[in-house]
Amino acid sequence: MHEYSIVGALIGRIEELAQERRANAVHGVFVSIGELSGVEPELLATAYTTFRERTICERANLTILRVAARWNCPECRQEIPRGAILECARCGVPARLAAGDEIVLERVEMEVA
Amino acid sequence: MCGTCGCGDSELVPVEVHDRILAGNDRTAAHNREHFEKWSVVAINLMGSPGAGKTALLEATARRLGRGVRLGALAGDLETHRDAERLEKAGIPSVPITTGSACHLDAEMVHRALHDFPWQDLDYLFIENVGNLVCPAIYDLGQAANVVALSVTEGEDKPLKYPVMFRTADLVVLTKTDLLPHLPDVRVDAIKDALARVNPAPALLPLSARTGEGLAQWTAWLESRRAHRAPFPAEAIPALQP
Repeated sequence: MHEYSIVGALIGRIEELAQERRANAVHGVFVSIGELSGVEPELLATAYTTFRERTICERANLTILRVAARWNCPECRQEIPRGAILECARCGVPARLAAGDEIVLERVEMEVA
Repeated sequence: MCGTCGCGDSELVPVEVHDRILAGNDRTAAHNREHFEKWSVVAINLMGSPGAGKTALLEATARRLGRGVRLGALAGDLETHRDAERLEKAGIPSVPITTGSACHLDAEMVHRALHDFPWQDLDYLFIENVGNLVCPAIYDLGQAANVVALSVTEGEDKPLKYPVMFRTADLVVLTKTDLLPHLPDVRVDAIKDALARVNPAPALLPLSARTGEGLAQWTAWLESRRAHRAPFPAEAIPALQP
């Protein structure tokens, strides 16, 4: 259950941002979580609800954008189908992960006086 | 708030960030990595299930390499210092990192442990992560390579079930191969195939710490990681500061 430590880092970062901008409150938090990031969105949401109490995020909704895993060929850009061997059948080179490993804080909506 | 012009009213501002949530861990990991590289220490993040044979692999490595190669280890465990004690007995100076309830090591824990340990003289620093196939894969520690120990008794489909862990592996050591004759349903080829579906550069090394099978290839792989190191005048580098 590393979701708690991820939420700890997330709220710490938001507190810094809020302080820099002298925000009174945070209303919305938007994160991207990739399918291959190792973070479970449901667990993250639960951890967030528990953790946000008595922080600047106390009344802020968390929106989680889920990003599907996509592998492609670094040379011809051909997509590798899900579950296939991770090598381009045409070029014979190892596939690369084009999307799906995100654990990213995208945007924070804050109330600034 | 001012009733005339509304000055002092709060305003909702969207702040674009687009940064990794674990950016703080990434920075500490980069700091660790810089130190390892400057001192020409090859740091290996050794991961795997509880009981996969991580400690046994290191014991066998020490037996095989003898005193000519300087090994050290940081041993992560939820409780107890047993792994570190086993490694010390095998001749590998070790520092235990007791994580309490944390399911993984992070870069900061590694950084703190380095302060208690003369790691600069080592050839290899093994960071034996907490036994867990999920969480440790997410945290960069500053290692040069990720090695995942997978024992033959864990079944053929483990890489497919834990793609996050196996995707990050530079090498998967398939341990306890001496048990294969007793496991008619476990085929090494099927494990290799599963790995190739989650890792674009799959490398699987069958090994038995008991019989010594694969140990020569394992130490050759370790040696190849050493060849990647850039020579660097150690005296030019300040010691790691707290």
